[in-house]
Amino acid sequence: SILSPSLPLVSPPLTLFPLLCELGIRIPRPVGHGPSRFIPEKEILQVGNEDAPMHALFADSFAALGRLDNVTLVMVFHPQYLESFLKTQHYLLQMDGPLPLHYRHYIGIMAAARHQCSYLVNLHVNDFLHVGGDPKWLNGLQNAPQKLQNLGELNKILAHRPWLLTKEHIEQLLKTEEHSWSLAELIHAVVLLTHYHSLASFTFGCGISPEIHCDGGHTFRPPSVSNYCICDIANGNHGADEMQVSPTGKSVCEVEVLMEKMKQLQECRDEEEASQEEMATRFEREKRESMFVCFSEEEELAPTRDVSRHFEDTSYGYKDFSRHGMHVPTFRVQDYSWEDHGYSLVNRLYPDVGQLLDEKFHIAYNLTYHTMAMHKDVDTSMLRRAIWNYIHCMFGIRYDDYDYGEINQLLDRSFKVYIKTVVCTPEKTTKRMYDSFWRQFKQSEKVHVNLLLIEARMQAELLYALRAITRYMT
Amino acid sequence: MEKMARVTTALGGNTITGRTMFCHLDAPANAISVCRDAAQVVVAGRNIFKIYAIEEEQFVEKLNLRVGRKPSLNFSCADVVWHQMDENLLATAATNGVVVTWNLGKPSRNKQDQLFTEHKRTVNKVCFHPTEVYMLLSGSQDGYMKCFDLRKKDSVSTFSGQSESVRDVQFSIRDYFTFAATFENGNVQLWDIRRPDRYERMFTAHNGPVFCCDWHPEDRGWLATGGRDKMVKVWDMNTNRAKEIYCVQTIASVARVKWRPECKHHIATCSMMVDHNIYVWDVRRPFIPSAMFEEHKDVTTGIVWRHLHDPYFLLSGSKDSTLYQHIFKDASQPIDRANPEGLCYSLYGDLAFAAKESLISSDSNRKPYIGDRRHPIFFKRKLDPTEQFEYISSSSALSVFETDVESGSMDWFVRTAKQYVLAGRPLAELCDHNAAVAKELDRNQVAQTWTMLRIIYSSPGTVSSANLNHSMGKGSASLPLMNSFNLKDIQSGMGSESRLDRSKGESRPENILMDSSSTLINNDENEETEGSDVPADYLLGDVEGDEDELYMMDHENPHAEEQEYILPQEAFPLRHEIVDNPSALDHLQDKADSPHVSGNEAETVSLTPVESFSLISISHSLYENRLPPDFFSPIVRDMLLFYAEQGDVQMTVSVLIVLGDRIRKEIDEQTQEHWYTSYIDLLQRFQLWNISNEVIKLSTCRAINCLNQASTTLHINCTNCKRPMSNKGWICDRCRQCASMCAVCHHVVKGLFVWCQGCSHGGHLQHIMKWLESSSHCPAGCGHLCEYT
Repeated sequence: SILSPSLPLVSPPLTLFPLLCELGIRIPRPVGHGPSRFIPEKEILQVGNEDAPMHALFADSFAALGRLDNVTLVMVFHPQYLESFLKTQHYLLQMDGPLPLHYRHYIGIMAAARHQCSYLVNLHVNDFLHVGGDPKWLNGLQNAPQKLQNLGELNKILAHRPWLLTKEHIEQLLKTEEHSWSLAELIHAVVLLTHYHSLASFTFGCGISPEIHCDGGHTFRPPSVSNYCICDIANGNHGADEMQVSPTGKSVCEVEVLMEKMKQLQECRDEEEASQEEMATRFEREKRESMFVCFSEEEELAPTRDVSRHFEDTSYGYKDFSRHGMHVPTFRVQDYSWEDHGYSLVNRLYPDVGQLLDEKFHIAYNLTYHTMAMHKDVDTSMLRRAIWNYIHCMFGIRYDDYDYGEINQLLDRSFKVYIKTVVCTPEKTTKRMYDSFWRQFKQSEKVHVNLLLIEARMQAELLYALRAITRYMT
Repeated sequence: MEKMARVTTALGGNTITGRTMFCHLDAPANAISVCRDAAQVVVAGRNIFKIYAIEEEQFVEKLNLRVGRKPSLNFSCADVVWHQMDENLLATAATNGVVVTWNLGKPSRNKQDQLFTEHKRTVNKVCFHPTEVYMLLSGSQDGYMKCFDLRKKDSVSTFSGQSESVRDVQFSIRDYFTFAATFENGNVQLWDIRRPDRYERMFTAHNGPVFCCDWHPEDRGWLATGGRDKMVKVWDMNTNRAKEIYCVQTIASVARVKWRPECKHHIATCSMMVDHNIYVWDVRRPFIPSAMFEEHKDVTTGIVWRHLHDPYFLLSGSKDSTLYQHIFKDASQPIDRANPEGLCYSLYGDLAFAAKESLISSDSNRKPYIGDRRHPIFFKRKLDPTEQFEYISSSSALSVFETDVESGSMDWFVRTAKQYVLAGRPLAELCDHNAAVAKELDRNQVAQTWTMLRIIYSSPGTVSSANLNHSMGKGSASLPLMNSFNLKDIQSGMGSESRLDRSKGESRPENILMDSSSTLINNDENEETEGSDVPADYLLGDVEGDEDELYMMDHENPHAEEQEYILPQEAFPLRHEIVDNPSALDHLQDKADSPHVSGNEAETVSLTPVESFSLISISHSLYENRLPPDFFSPIVRDMLLFYAEQGDVQMTVSVLIVLGDRIRKEIDEQTQEHWYTSYIDLLQRFQLWNISNEVIKLSTCRAINCLNQASTTLHINCTNCKRPMSNKGWICDRCRQCASMCAVCHHVVKGLFVWCQGCSHGGHLQHIMKWLESSSHCPAGCGHLCEYT
């Protein structure tokens, strides 16, 4: 097995390294700069410096996964969330459930591969083989059982255009004579798919470095020769130090401007009431606009062969609502919400998972430290709600009781570009995007944003999938 | 719906009359409310807001309140309520957070009266004060409840739920100032309308959101709540702490609850998801709804009793865009279809069986029997004369069956399990050994089967036919019955014992057995001459007893018939219909010569003969033509299935293991897995852990193989602080002490640790072993006399 530098329980026998070198044994070295390529290593909690509850978290994570992965090391900025996240993930992958273990990992691979997330694919390829999966399946979806191949279409739609999901798709999976899915299995698969789609968003959104034992995660070369990995090349990050954005005079007051706006919104909301038509058009505008938020780096990257073999039809990506003349009916959250409907359906078919997801959504939505950058005692609920609703807005999900004008006030363009990229085409996220939004904010706050993004995205996908399943059932 | 009833009720001046009927709405309904005269109903939803008149035969649309060119979100209703004092006054809660009041008395087309835009999020519920005309209460997702005076433009008071979303608000019907509010986090709060600063009381009612609540119309202290956790709970609020007095577990999250008028314990519920039916429960009988309306095709979103004092008419709106009037007489009553029966084993193998009295006595062929008054016990619940809607008489009979300790013995199973050898020797030896074990236990058919297997699968020519005859000739003694129940204090006059004798005598003539040397295995079951109506007192027991008959070819009666094993569950109610009826003795005579019983012999003959064949002829050809063992695979497979069917899964699994690849492919994985799990389960019940583990190890099913790989962790506590040790086995995280030191060498024990159960000292296995060879005292010096065995 390969030594990991981040074992929480046993410190690596550093003294052994010179000895091993003398013996001619090649020692892998991590190529990244800590768990994330976006966040300076020094800002990330060092293993060993954690406090007792965090240590317990690390230990649990290590016990469950047999590793302490970089996602965990970044998420630990928010231990309360991390705990819920790990608990859910552990339940989905290892505890009682309708799907066999190797299926679960394979579905994880399928989902992550949709976003060409080699980090997650590599992790789960290892896990998949570890639980006794057939290596042949890894040569591509066409080598997997027909049953899993059938899931490909759902995976594709969920990842990129969940609003197109209809009960016919569900029927196709459940009603085929052979290789059909049971409802419980399908729910399990849907939760896994959405979990890994959004985790892929997190991986790219926070620039998670490859694990040391995975491809691209280690090198046997001496450290001075090379210090970038293939992912950097693919994403246009040539070297880590290249784009150090220095705070400009404008961005210094960024935070204050934002806070001022929040205050204004809070106050003037009671005075001036927008008309009903105005409210409706605001949502439509935001929805429409979210497609014009274009990517600063429209660099088409060819997916590495290793990842692309897990899915077909690479051209099928996130498409904006009206771009192809499709009319997408607005999804009214008041008619189908997670709390009232989604939860009940999931919990009915896959007991306990509804509860776990409910907790996770709740924690992510309500997480706050009452701080904004250097300011304390700030009520950030308005900002968090704007981010959450903006993401749902991109998926066509509308809250009747929300004034979408607030989004325009609170989220500036670079932030919207980042959100849009991470949620819809995470593989195109670059370090520049990450650096250019909210420059004054702390790294932990940027990770917090990512938590909101992935949970909102997961809930949006789940809502569409569960609504289709409900419609199939009635 | 051919059974539609027309119901007329006179209520004061009004008469309500009608039938079950429905009308299509243009859009899904979110809520409905009824006018106090019970003649009109309002339906509200995202795209609908209409008033219908309830006529005798149909609903008639009276008014569409959605007017204006542009559809506004203000019309997108989450809830609607009709004032019970003023029939012109309505209020709606909009999904965008607006509370709107409507005055039907307005002359213009637009009846909209007031608009309150104080809530920031969706308003989930609006509620008028039951006696105050101008007082309206609203509860919203933003965590606030607001009280409006309709004569003023703004709310008069705001109640804060501390940013927890409010799902329902209801004014108490009797207490003028009190209202209840339910919350998304599972809490229920009681407020005094005069004190907006703080709630009077709060308690946690449900796990997860409480979607609805309803005050009891008569009993002032009762509040019913329904939640996402699928429960309906009734709280008594009269005491200091809210006390849960009833709890009904439904099958889906509860969206609405409404007490049934004039019926103290009845409550109607509908669900938020998956389940489309409306149930009316008697809260005292929480396991089965007393009535059920199954008309809707999508979830029901609104239910309301048509009149305040009429319990027979229920109106409902649904997502399937229909509005229904349900008549109680047309309701389906699940209790009619239910078989209220209970069956339970006691610790000592006694079996208790309870069934509805009417169910048993309705069978006219079965005449009641009076035995000892203690068993069976008979209960009868007195009907509550005050409960006029109680239509189910609840009386039931309980019978207790005792296990016959002797015959229930499973010794043979345990001994067989222990003595069988399943692997590690050549096949022939295994078969011989196992055959010997079986013979030892007088299980001749099993022994025979082993011998046969040996002949089929190992080299030919070693078994003489004399040997075969010998091995089967011995088996005439019947085995102890596997499970046999006798009704306590059973009387011989019942006629059952003679039946038992008959069946024994008829099917086991010993001389026939000796003649049948040419027959080795007869896979066709003997007929047990059981008509389905025959008293089945010995049926449970005869499974094992018949086993040795199975390889007997009955020459007198060559058409062996398919044996029918009647399940014990079916057997009991037929036999033991014990009713508190003193004239029962008279019927015993009738029973003896009832046509059913006498008809049995005839039935035996008329049953379809099943083809039987003799295996010995095949054995001959084996010697002559050297048939490959594959030739027998179908027969062996049938044999395995046969044993499994018989309940002797031990034999099936043992053969499966012994034969291994020779037969494995013939049987599908799932069946094998099923057999393995059954056998392992049995072994574990007899605490034969080693054998069960051996079986797991030897099994070829992957699902079985991994069984003993799960939960291999051994959790230990620190000897010092008594807390569980989480990380390593030898050092405690908390007290930083090495927990397990070897008493001999005083080093930490990281591997096998052996300790004395008397003084709890111990150490390395090797060290302790050595120490105790030379000394009898504990190496720790505690003075305890330890022993190493």
